[in-house]
Amino acid sequence: MSDVKKIKVEICLGTTCYVLGSFRLSSLEEQLPPNLKDRVEVVGCACLEVCHDRNYGNAPFVRIGERIVDNATVEKVIEVLQEMVAAGGSNE
Amino acid sequence: MNNAERTRRELMIRAIRDFLAGTLSEEIDRIPIDLRPRNAEANRCCIYKDRAMLKYRLMALLGFGMEEETDEARSLKEYLADAVAGNNHTEPVLSVCTVGCHGCVDSHVQVSNACVGCFARPCVASCPRQAIQVINQRSMIDRSKCINCGKCMTVCPYHAIIRNPLPCEDACPVGAIGKGEDGRVRIDFSKCIYCGKCFRSCPFSAIMERSALINILDAMKKGRRVVAMVAPSVTNQFPGSIEQLFVALKKAGFSEIMEVAHGAELTTLHEAEEFFERMARGDKLMTSSCCPAWVEAAKRHIPDIVPMVSSTPSPMAYAGQLTREKYPDAVTVFIGPCIAKRREAQSDPNVDFVMTFEELGALLAAQEIDVISQVAEPLAEPAASFARNFARSCGVSEAILQEIESEKPDPNRTKIDEKFINGLDRKSMNMLKMYAKGKLPGNFVEVMACTGGCVGGPCSLAH
Repeated sequence: MSDVKKIKVEICLGTTCYVLGSFRLSSLEEQLPPNLKDRVEVVGCACLEVCHDRNYGNAPFVRIGERIVDNATVEKVIEVLQEMVAAGGSNE
Repeated sequence: MNNAERTRRELMIRAIRDFLAGTLSEEIDRIPIDLRPRNAEANRCCIYKDRAMLKYRLMALLGFGMEEETDEARSLKEYLADAVAGNNHTEPVLSVCTVGCHGCVDSHVQVSNACVGCFARPCVASCPRQAIQVINQRSMIDRSKCINCGKCMTVCPYHAIIRNPLPCEDACPVGAIGKGEDGRVRIDFSKCIYCGKCFRSCPFSAIMERSALINILDAMKKGRRVVAMVAPSVTNQFPGSIEQLFVALKKAGFSEIMEVAHGAELTTLHEAEEFFERMARGDKLMTSSCCPAWVEAAKRHIPDIVPMVSSTPSPMAYAGQLTREKYPDAVTVFIGPCIAKRREAQSDPNVDFVMTFEELGALLAAQEIDVISQVAEPLAEPAASFARNFARSCGVSEAILQEIESEKPDPNRTKIDEKFINGLDRKSMNMLKMYAKGKLPGNFVEVMACTGGCVGGPCSLAH
């Protein structure tokens, strides 16, 4: 498995995302199902700058590969990851 | 994060943005409509009720309780003008928005559909009031006889008897909240200790704290020097370091920062001295006094323990003194996770306003100030690490023990035998009553109303 490029999950730790729930995503890594554990790299990151156009109502945001996920929860992120893995795996 | 928390925070961000932009006065009556437009999905029975709740939530953000509303047609714009003029902020700091609390029924025990009408009928046998009969193969509770003791609930082999909870009442450690005869929830403020457990537990978000945000923002806007007195529990509230957070605070409008941990250093020093003085004069027990909800609980519910509560001022009180000495002309703002501190501050001349971590998060979000992107500056006077740990449960005792160890050992001194009350509830209140009567071992009891200490406070950002 080690030769497969890992999918990068960036959790926005900008204040808006953090206040509106990204602090809840800190448990994402532990909650990853076994088939995703070795294929995903979870990191926190500075503001992804998607909240600035005043759509902060959709925070928190997470970037998975190139894709932005809004209203992110652990379940939603895992769902997207499963889709990506099923669709052929790596970093799109 | 639940919907109540999220709505509260979104509303804060929106109100702060508009206030700082100078548009809140025109916008405020529009906010409930903006957030719940005609075609939006309703969270309550309809969007109109959602809007009404948003209006009362905004009133609480401006510092007014629904109880103060005499004219329902009065606009939020008028309340805002009152808040800016400083006419908000009368006691008490909690408010029940009874419009929102119709969803709950009185707390009672009831038989659910899972009842199979069994032959043994342990529920009938266990009831001390003969309140249960089996009718049509199903147990029925006679409401006029039932005392809600729950004995039937524990003996039912099918778990068919359940307690229908009233979450605020169940959460209250001191029986200060419940439904009145009119079916509306009321807080009995002669009993309330302002711990905020009802505020956190209400699924309808109907219990609100009366904020001082507008007063603080107004002082900033008018160019006054505003000092942030940041509670030790701030550690781990935001991503990034404490140094980065303090840079962010200055960008957000605070002129100076005072770590309340400096106050905690003084509290520790004096509390350790007080402990040995008390033991030397023959006292059997001393309790901590830094948690304001505990101090209120002692005063209102365990009068016997009051003489044993430490008389050492809290970290906030000491930090207030330090801040006032250093910046006599400044507006002082305590920032923490606590509702009871709002109450404590009302009788402390050195603390002008209280802001919660949740509100601070909203203030930073509203101005798009990211803590982790700040360039940290070294602190001129960083607080001692033991003082920064003060906010954790057992932190007070650890700080005191450290203080003792730092002094020369004195074999004649009483040894500290510390006990902890990690969170106030009905059970721990009863334990404290036992402590008051001298029936439990230990000579120092550290009491924290919130589980885990201040870090588990009702208004902390990251639970």
